[in-house]
Amino acid sequence: MGNRELGSLRVIAAGLALLVVLLPRGVEAADFKGKTIEFVVPFPTAGGSDVWARFFAPFLAEHLPGKPTVVVKNVPGGGSITGTNQFVQRARPDGLSILGTSGSTQMPYLLDDPRVRYELKDLIPILVSPTGGVVYVNPSLGAKDARDIGKLRGKKMKYGSQGATSLDLVPVLAFEILGLDVDPVFGLARGPARLAYERGESLIDYQTSSAYIRNVVPLVKAGKAVPLFSWGVLNDKGEFVRDPTFPDLPHFAEAYEIAYGKKPSGTAFEAFKAFVVAGFAAQKPIFLPKGTPKDIVDTYVQALDRVVKMPAFKQKAGDELGDYEQAVGPAAQQAMKVALNIDPAARGWVKEWLARRFEVKFDKK
Amino acid sequence: MLDVIGSALVNVLSGTHLLYMLLGVAVGLIVGILPGLGGIAGMSLLLPFIYGMDTISALALLIGLLAVVPTGDTFTSILMGIPGSAASQATILDGFPMAKRGEAARALSAAFFSSMIGGIFGALVLTVFVLVARPVILAFSSAELFMLTLLGLAMVGVLSGSSFVKGLLSCAFGLLLGLVGAAPTTGEWRLALGIEYLVDGLPLVVVALGIFAIPEIIDLLRRNTAIAEVAALGRGWLQGIRDTLREWGIVMRCSGIGCLIGAMPGLGGSVADWMAYGHAVQVAKDKSRFGRGDVRGVLAPESANNAVAGGALIPTLLFGIPGSGSTAIFLGGLVLLGIQPGIMLVETQLDLVYTIIWTLAIANVVGAGLCFGISPFVARLTTLPYTYVAPFMLMIIFFAAYQATSDWGDILALLAIGVLGLYMRRFGWPRPPLIIGFVLAEGAESYLYQAIQFHGWAWLARPGVLIIAAITIASMWAGSRYGRTPIDEGGASGRVRDTRSQFLFALFMVAVFAYAVFDLARWSFLAKAFPLGIALIALAGALFVAAVVFRGPGASLMVFDTEAEMAPGTASLVRYLLWLAGLLAASGLAGFVIGLALFFAAFLHFEARSPLARNALLTASAVAFLAAMSYIFVLDFPRGLLQQVVEMPWPFR
Repeated sequence: MGNRELGSLRVIAAGLALLVVLLPRGVEAADFKGKTIEFVVPFPTAGGSDVWARFFAPFLAEHLPGKPTVVVKNVPGGGSITGTNQFVQRARPDGLSILGTSGSTQMPYLLDDPRVRYELKDLIPILVSPTGGVVYVNPSLGAKDARDIGKLRGKKMKYGSQGATSLDLVPVLAFEILGLDVDPVFGLARGPARLAYERGESLIDYQTSSAYIRNVVPLVKAGKAVPLFSWGVLNDKGEFVRDPTFPDLPHFAEAYEIAYGKKPSGTAFEAFKAFVVAGFAAQKPIFLPKGTPKDIVDTYVQALDRVVKMPAFKQKAGDELGDYEQAVGPAAQQAMKVALNIDPAARGWVKEWLARRFEVKFDKK
Repeated sequence: MLDVIGSALVNVLSGTHLLYMLLGVAVGLIVGILPGLGGIAGMSLLLPFIYGMDTISALALLIGLLAVVPTGDTFTSILMGIPGSAASQATILDGFPMAKRGEAARALSAAFFSSMIGGIFGALVLTVFVLVARPVILAFSSAELFMLTLLGLAMVGVLSGSSFVKGLLSCAFGLLLGLVGAAPTTGEWRLALGIEYLVDGLPLVVVALGIFAIPEIIDLLRRNTAIAEVAALGRGWLQGIRDTLREWGIVMRCSGIGCLIGAMPGLGGSVADWMAYGHAVQVAKDKSRFGRGDVRGVLAPESANNAVAGGALIPTLLFGIPGSGSTAIFLGGLVLLGIQPGIMLVETQLDLVYTIIWTLAIANVVGAGLCFGISPFVARLTTLPYTYVAPFMLMIIFFAAYQATSDWGDILALLAIGVLGLYMRRFGWPRPPLIIGFVLAEGAESYLYQAIQFHGWAWLARPGVLIIAAITIASMWAGSRYGRTPIDEGGASGRVRDTRSQFLFALFMVAVFAYAVFDLARWSFLAKAFPLGIALIALAGALFVAAVVFRGPGASLMVFDTEAEMAPGTASLVRYLLWLAGLLAASGLAGFVIGLALFFAAFLHFEARSPLARNALLTASAVAFLAAMSYIFVLDFPRGLLQQVVEMPWPFR
C-alpha cells in the first residue's frame, strides 16, 4: 500500500522503470524496498488457502530484498475461477502481484469448465505446497485397517462431498477403484461433511492432512473412526510412497494391494493418479504472472528457498502445513508440470465417468 | 472450573489485553456503522496484524470486533433505513419509522441496551454450553436444519402486511433469487440467464441494500425533507432503557433465538434477526403498530443479533466449524495463532475458551457504552436536509455492494434489485418476506436434498423434526391469533384511482415466474425439483393477483399504490432513477471514483442547490473517504472504460 498514497510517484517510478529497461540489463536482483506486493488469493477470507497464504506472507516479506509489505488480497467467487481469471487479466509482470491457488482452481481447468479463462501453464510457479488426505470409516462397518477393505464391499455407504466436479472427485474415484458401494451426498464442504460423519449420517469420509490431525485423530483415539489409507505422495520416479505426515498408514495403491493382493492398474487408476497429484501433491502453488522477467523470478525463488530452510519456518509449518517438503523453483515447476499435463485419455475417461455416474453435463468452451 | 473462569478474567483485564480489545471494539463499531461492511470485512482487516501477537491479545482484538458489529450496525438501520450489516435488517422495519417520528434517541438506546443484554446472554450460554453442547449440536442433522428453515419461512405469515398472497409471492421470489446460479448438487446454471456473474448466486449484501436502501433513499429524496419529520431528536434515552426492561420477556426469548440460530452451523446468523422479529410479532397481542415504529420491533432483532456471536462460537470452538460468516474468519485467525479449534481445545485449553467468553461479555458492555456515547452526534444526521445526505449514502451502498464480489455485476444487480424494491414498496408487495426467502433458500434446498439422501423419507419421523414441526405450527397459530400487522408503507388502498401501473407490475411478476418455470424445466431432476415446485405455485398466485388488480380500484386490499398518498407536485420517481443511471454511466466510462465525483458535483448543484464552495468541499471529502476506505481495507473500485485504455494513478485506478 505504501506506493498508493503517492500516486504521482508511481508515474515517476514508471518513467524510471522505463529508463532501467532501456539501459543494459545487469545481473542485479530485483529490489522491493518500499513496495507493496499483492498476494492474490481467489478464495474467501479464512478458508484453507487464505490461511496458507497469510502464513507465508510475513516470511516472504522478511526474505525478499528490500523487505516489502506483502498483503493478502482475497478475490473470491466461482470456486476460485473468478479471482484467477481476474489475476491473469490484470496482473502486471513486475513482481508486485503474485497468485496463490489450490486444487480447486486446477480441477475446473483440467475439466475444461467454460468459465475458465486462465492458462495455468503460462503462469510461473515458484512454490508448491503439497498436502495429503486420509480416508476413514465408521467402526460399525467392522473394518480395522486396510486389510479389511474387502469386507466393506457390498455395504452401502454415504459420503459427504462438495460436488461431483470438485476436488472431492478424487475420493469418489478411489472408492470406485476399490469397488466400494459409496453414494456421495453433494453440497457438503469438508467441515460439514465431517459433521455429517460424526452424526452417523455418512459412514465414510476423508479430510485433508491438517483437518485430519486437528479433528479426526481425536475421533480415532475415542474409537469413533478407523483410518484406512492416505492418498500418498509421488516420489522422484513418479511412484506412490507413504505420506510423510502419516508414516504408519498405507497409501492408496498400497492399501489396494493389501486388500486385493495385486497392484491397481487401468485407466481409472491412471486418472486417479493424475487427479490426486493435481488435487493434493501439487495442491497450493504460488504463481508469478506470465512473462515475469527472469531476475524477478530468481529473486522470489531465492527468497522462498531461504524461507523453507529456516528452522523457525519448519517448526511452524509442521503444525499448519504438515510434514511435507515445500517445492521451490524448479521443483515447483516440475510438480505443476505433472499436475497440469494430464494424459488426454485419463482426462477423457474421468469426464465420461462423471457424465455416466452423476449426469454431469460438460458445456462446450 | 470456577478457578479457570476467574483466572481467565484476570488474564483479560491485565496488561495490554484490554487495550487490544478496545481496538477491536473500535474497528467493529466502524465496520458495523458503514453499510455493507460487517464482521467479515473487519476481521479481514485485522487478521494480518495478529500474526506474531501474543495469543490473548490477538483473541481480545478479534473477539472485541466480533462482539460489537451487530451493535454498531444499528445506527444506519435506525437512522437511515439502510441495513448497517446483514445482522440488522429487521431493525429497519420499526427502528426507522421511530427515527422519522423523531424518536431516534429512544430507538437507539433501546437497541444498544438490548444488544448488550443479548451479547451477555450469548456469553453466558457459551460459558455453560461449551462443555456440554457437542451432543446438542450433533442432534441437529440435515433434517432438523431443514425444519428450522421452514420455521423461518413460516415467519412470512406475520410479515406479509395487508396481503398474505403478495407476501407469499414475495417470499417465493426471494427463494428463487436465492437459488439462482450453480445448483448445489449438479452444478447446472439455473435461472442464470446465461450471465456468468449469476452463476455464483446473488450476494446477500447486494440484495439487502437493493431491496431496502435504494427505495428508502429515493423515497426520502422525493419527500425533500430531513429524515426526522420532527426537528428534535427526542430525549427518550432513558425511555429506551425502560422499554427494554419492561419487555424483558421478548429480550430474553429473542436472545435465546439468536443463540440457537447462531449455534447451528450452516444456517447463518443473518436470519436470526428476522426469526426474532417474527417471533415478537407473533406473540404480540396488539400488532397494529409493528412496521410503524413499535419499540418491540427494535428490541427483538437487536437482542438476537448480538446473542448470535455467543451461539456461533459454540460450533466454532467445539468442532472447528463456524456458525456464521464472521466466525469463519475468526476460525482462520485461531489457526493463524496456532490454536487448533476442535474437541481438544475445550478439553486441554479451557482457559483460552473462557478468555474468549469474558472478552465477548466485556466487549458487549463496552461497545454498547461507546454507542450511547456517540449517538447524540450521529443522530444529528437525521436532521440534515436529505439532498445532502443522499449522495453519501449512494456512494457508500454502491461501494459496499461492489465489495461483495468486486464485479460490475454487483453494481448492476444492486440497481436492478433497487428498482424492484422501489416498485414493490410502491405497490404494497412486502419486502421482508423476499429477504427471508432469499436468506433461507440455499439452506432449505440443500438440507432437504441431504435429508432425503441420508435418511430417505424416514427423516420425516425423526423426533427432532416432529418437535420443530410442532413449534412451527404453534408459532403460525400464535401469529394468526390477534389479527394482522400493517408492516407496509401506509395502506393507500382506498384512495387508489389508477391501477394501470400496478397491473403492469403484477404482470411483471407473472412474467418472472413464468420465465422461471420455463428455464427450470430443462434441467436435471435434482437441479430443478425444489425451485420448480416453488415457481409453479408462485405463477398461479401471481396470475391471481394480476386478475384481482385488473378488476380495478376498490376490488381488494391487494390494490395498493403509495403514489395515491404523495403530495401533489412531488418529484417523480423516474427522475431519481435517472440520477442513479447517470452515476452508473459516469462510473462505467471513467471508473467509480471519477464517476462518483462528477455525480456528487452535479447532484449537489442541481438537487441540493449547494453553493459552489460547499459543493467542492463535499465532493472532495467523498473522494477522500473512498480513497481512505480503499487504502485501509485493500479494496478495489469498479473500473470504467477509461481505466482499460489508460493507466490511471491511484486512487483513480
